Amino acid sequence: MMERRKSTPGTKIAVEHLNVHYGKKQVLADICIEIKERQITALIGPSGCGKSTFLRSLNRMNDAVPGARIEGEVRLDGENIYNPRFDVVQLRQRVGMVFQRPNPFPQSIYDNVAFGPRILGIRRRSRLDEIVEQSLREVNLWDEVKETFRKQNALTLSLGQQQRLCIARTIATRPEVILMDEPASALDPIETLRIEDLMRALVQEYTIVIVTHNMQQAARVSDWTAFFLTDDGQIGKLVEYGETGRVFTNPRDQRTVDYITGRFG
Amino acid sequence: MKKPSSQTRVARLPSRPLEFAIESLIRVLGFSAIGFVTLIFIFLLTEGLPAFLQVRPGNLFSTRWYPTFDLYGVLPLISGSALVTITAMLIAFPMGLFTAVFVREVAPNWAREVLKPLIEVLAGIPSVVLGFFGMTMLAPIVREVLGAPTGLTALTGAIILAYMSLPTIISVAEDALDAVPKSYRDASLAMGATRWQTIWRVVVPSARSGILMALMLGMGRAIGETMAVMMVTGNAARMPEGLQAILKPVRTMTATIAAEMGEVAHGSTHYHVLFGIGLILFAITFLINLAVASMMFQKRSRGGLR
Repeated sequence: MMERRKSTPGTKIAVEHLNVHYGKKQVLADICIEIKERQITALIGPSGCGKSTFLRSLNRMNDAVPGARIEGEVRLDGENIYNPRFDVVQLRQRVGMVFQRPNPFPQSIYDNVAFGPRILGIRRRSRLDEIVEQSLREVNLWDEVKETFRKQNALTLSLGQQQRLCIARTIATRPEVILMDEPASALDPIETLRIEDLMRALVQEYTIVIVTHNMQQAARVSDWTAFFLTDDGQIGKLVEYGETGRVFTNPRDQRTVDYITGRFG
Repeated sequence: MKKPSSQTRVARLPSRPLEFAIESLIRVLGFSAIGFVTLIFIFLLTEGLPAFLQVRPGNLFSTRWYPTFDLYGVLPLISGSALVTITAMLIAFPMGLFTAVFVREVAPNWAREVLKPLIEVLAGIPSVVLGFFGMTMLAPIVREVLGAPTGLTALTGAIILAYMSLPTIISVAEDALDAVPKSYRDASLAMGATRWQTIWRVVVPSARSGILMALMLGMGRAIGETMAVMMVTGNAARMPEGLQAILKPVRTMTATIAAEMGEVAHGSTHYHVLFGIGLILFAITFLINLAVASMMFQKRSRGGLR
């Protein structure tokens, strides 16, 4: 188990009474949670418990889902991101996202990493070069691609390299928060470990929220753990939330005990 | 050990004569289609190749097309076709691409439901009707607005051809855009890109081989078109020179064959030269199709990688 910092961290994202509906179906009910700054928060729970939906409501990726309705508040540094005046484009530049399956664009490695900075209007070649190199170094991909990254198509990389590239693409614009939706579930154990090490390194600078199926992964990398579960009406709820060590060794809710001891899920 | 295999084989041949007959019929029809294409190609070769033997290359590849004086320069015809086709693509490709982007990425569902069948109807308009439209409506506009001496110009032909190749370009480009995985769009939107940036920097570049294919297929459609072009381009077999050439009459390869084949003496040099032009046209469209096929092959093998 890794060393945990003792000082109480500040709140980066405060979620209050969040309800999410897809059409007539309610997916999440009354979620209240405070996500701590520069910590890794793991969202665990069985399939269909709404943890991915919750993650996607933190950067408003649910907006595009037809029939999606979101109530409640999600405050990023105190500002409600669902306020109509809050610019969704700016929000996503502050809250980046890494997806379950690596999804680099079918372009060169360089263009992938430079995508975000270019959108922000950075045109100067030397500045872009600098950002690309630094981002690739931060995800430990630089040494593997430094000869070829200007021309090589990102789709020719291995899956694990592609996922690290996607992380590099996300951090190239220096977001404040990184959301990760089961970032290692498509990868082999060695690549999974590399991603986890990478997350521990990145958390020095970023607030990270990760959805994972894998309880060992949550226990290994996260500082905080939130356990989601559907109730009798198939509506996702937050059952337990606390520091990871405490949730795994001394869970307060019987359902958490059952889940982490493998009685279901 | 049972013996079903020998039993079924014994039972199969005599008890399924209909199956056998249908299979044979399909085989014969299938091969005859290939056979006809081969025969047409051989016919084109035997009638067209003599042109290259009977007419000196210096004459054939000159700039004067006066068959009555034994001047068979095909360059004005080739460049006429090229001028009209390229101008048509300059008009149709951006329009087609933007329409495809609109239909696939921007239009609300109900508009898409209306637009797609409309575009298919556009493809069904007979070319002679478009030629008629070009002669009576478009040509006067070109003459009066652009001050050309006649309305029957390369530009008029190009506009009509652009119109004719639009449905091909739109539907092929739209399919290409549709095939771009949603995960690319998600990644781009999650990076804080706007919808327009996502379309322009991610979706369209990802679909570029399909979009290029749309251009090639539209071009193949345009270069082979005869009737509409013959009706609106004025049919003067002159070398296009300079930028004004676009506002002057030209004659395309297809129009030449269609206009002169009926009046030519069978087996004469003129007759063979017309077939020779057909061969050149065939070679051009074949190269375009080859380019498309190799692009499709590349796309498929790349798709297989992922």
